[in-house]
Amino acid sequence: MDILTTRNIEKRFSNHLALDDVSISVPEGSIYGLLGPNGAGKTTLIRIINQITGPDKGEVECFGRPMKADDIYNIGYLPEERGLYKKMKVGEHAIYLARLKGLSRNEALKRLKYWFEKLEIQGWWNKKIEELSKGMAQKIQFVVTIIHEPKLLIFDEPFSGFDPINANLIKNEILDLKKKGSTILFSTHNMESVEEMCDHITLINKAKNILSGHIDKVRQQYGSNVFELSFKGDVQTVKDSLNLNYELVSHSEEAGLIKAHIKVNEYSADNRLLGLVLPVAEIFGFNQVIPSMNDIFIQVVQEYNKAHGLKS
Amino acid sequence: MNKIFLVIEREFLTRVRKKSFIIMTILTPLLFAGIMIVPMIIATMEDKKERNIAVIDDSGLFKDKITETEYLKFTYLDGVSVPDLQSSFSESNYYAVLYIGRMVASSPDAVILYSDKQPSMDITSHISSSIRNEVETQKLKTYDIENLEEILKNIKTSIKVRTIKWTKDGEAKESSSELAFGVAYILSFLVYMLIFLFGSQVMRGVIEEKSSRIIEVIVSSVKPFQLMMGKILGIAAVSLLQIVVWIVLTFGLVTAASAIFMGSSEKAMAQKESVSNLMDQPGMAQAMPEGITEQSFAGEMMTALSNMNFVLIIGGFIFFFIGGYLLYAAMFAAVGSAVDSEADTQQLTIPITIPLILAIIVMVSGLRSPDGALTFWFSMVPFTSPIIMITRLPYGVPPWELALSGALLIVTFIAVTWLAAKIYRVGILLYGKKHTWKEMWKWMRYNS
Repeated sequence: MDILTTRNIEKRFSNHLALDDVSISVPEGSIYGLLGPNGAGKTTLIRIINQITGPDKGEVECFGRPMKADDIYNIGYLPEERGLYKKMKVGEHAIYLARLKGLSRNEALKRLKYWFEKLEIQGWWNKKIEELSKGMAQKIQFVVTIIHEPKLLIFDEPFSGFDPINANLIKNEILDLKKKGSTILFSTHNMESVEEMCDHITLINKAKNILSGHIDKVRQQYGSNVFELSFKGDVQTVKDSLNLNYELVSHSEEAGLIKAHIKVNEYSADNRLLGLVLPVAEIFGFNQVIPSMNDIFIQVVQEYNKAHGLKS
Repeated sequence: MNKIFLVIEREFLTRVRKKSFIIMTILTPLLFAGIMIVPMIIATMEDKKERNIAVIDDSGLFKDKITETEYLKFTYLDGVSVPDLQSSFSESNYYAVLYIGRMVASSPDAVILYSDKQPSMDITSHISSSIRNEVETQKLKTYDIENLEEILKNIKTSIKVRTIKWTKDGEAKESSSELAFGVAYILSFLVYMLIFLFGSQVMRGVIEEKSSRIIEVIVSSVKPFQLMMGKILGIAAVSLLQIVVWIVLTFGLVTAASAIFMGSSEKAMAQKESVSNLMDQPGMAQAMPEGITEQSFAGEMMTALSNMNFVLIIGGFIFFFIGGYLLYAAMFAAVGSAVDSEADTQQLTIPITIPLILAIIVMVSGLRSPDGALTFWFSMVPFTSPIIMITRLPYGVPPWELALSGALLIVTFIAVTWLAAKIYRVGILLYGKKHTWKEMWKWMRYNS
């Protein structure tokens, strides 16, 4: 079941179209990555889902029905532009934000105690926000985003501003939340974390959804025709043995072993490739190359911009 | 709805706990009270000291002719010159030396007052009026008019206009246009200052939320309108608390101080009835029509003060201040939402400050003619009425005008807040650029 669906969202600002016919479906219990270049419209889409701005056209469905004002109690949102009141004390501030999300003072206090202990930040309770470092403040923001245990969590660039240790800590907390049944939608430029965490992705470019799907399928779709051949022997001999259906894209040598990337022009012909090279080289490995999300991102965006005559 | 109270609570508590708030709240009444008490102290102290002035009269016309008062005595010296006195002045008990030249009747600068201190205005004006009177009398005498003394006594008249207001129920109440002037001036200026003070606090609060980047965290759980109204109402509560503390403390301090410096309060009441001792001046007491006793200035003020409708004035002050504050705070919030830092606000606040400054200019003429057409219209236009209506209030305003002005203010405040909220909603989420009123006008027409 999809916990969140947007249908044909359009949003126009005075001089440009921020979102053009964007539809996404976020399955319940999944981690959903929202990717795209800067200024593509990700934050606008996230703001519409959080009811901070309204769409000009289209609708948002949440929890299986059209979205209502009360749904924000079931959503936790960590915006990209995030900060705290500098003059307030950490504990007081956390309680205020938790109460705004509908918790009572006592409930807020109880849950905050638990989380502060878990992240080992109890000592900060009476400090002023302005005394905290950026990373410390980010931790507080993360805690208050999830404090009301929402079914749907939305993070806009959750890892920016964290050092690798804390980024890892937050990553594990997010995976933990998924295990407990939350659905997570997050936007990021960190493609490694997409590969590690996401089940589904959507790539938004120039206000449009240009690629959506399960991450494994997306990667296979864009990587099915390149193979890596590891062998001992002469590169030129191998190259000469290939016919027109194959093309040696690149090769590298590592500890006496040559790794060559060979592009297959005809999908079904991969088995015959082995037949061609077996007589001329000693084969150590043969496998399909699955491209990184980084490569897919760049390739898809550039192809789209080229096809539509846009500058990237 | 209950979230707006959470916002109000936060805005109120964080401000009230600030040291600067506590200091301002306590120091301001001290200042107010000081302004009222210090002249009282000076008035009670200054006149108590007896001063003796030596007179060297070269014209020979003024011996024993300069009027003495309770605290001002004159000693007439013969055969002494000014340089003689100057050398021994510090040993003598004289406060000053008055030299009257021979040609005093024809040359006005023939009178000189020497002293090692700066003589007060009271003394110099007393001396000059005494000498003038005497010179005039002398000149009149040269015309050889019969019974001159008597005629002079008869023509010297003192005019003091007392104002008595007739109320609807046929009562006649002593009023004072000086007092109305003072109250009107102070209160309308106070409204002006407070609107600016608390209005810009709203603006600064909005900018703080934008520049610290908390705004999006908050508006994901609170509607932007609720956040804006929560801030405006929270600061309104702070301002009301401050004003009430100011009124109570100032009143308390002034009462306490006047009890100490003016003697017991019974004495102050007695003074109200007492006949003035200003009557020492010759020709005045005799000229007063019999049967009318004149009150002292202070006593008069007391009567007028107790006759003023304080419930109406304080009630009106609070109503028009709150109305004006709400109207302007919404506009200040809109401006705050369109900028990233306080330095960028100056241009954008000009359209807001112009009506306020205009109101202050109109106030000055309003004090002179509280019922004039200009004053009337400016007390109806909602952008200036919070100040100008307060200017008119102490002089008395017909109830229908009050009601109309109040109603217009409320309607305008609602309309302006609605528009400001539309600007605010868009502005708070746009970073990195200073926006113009033209862009803000566009934002008003976006749909939510």
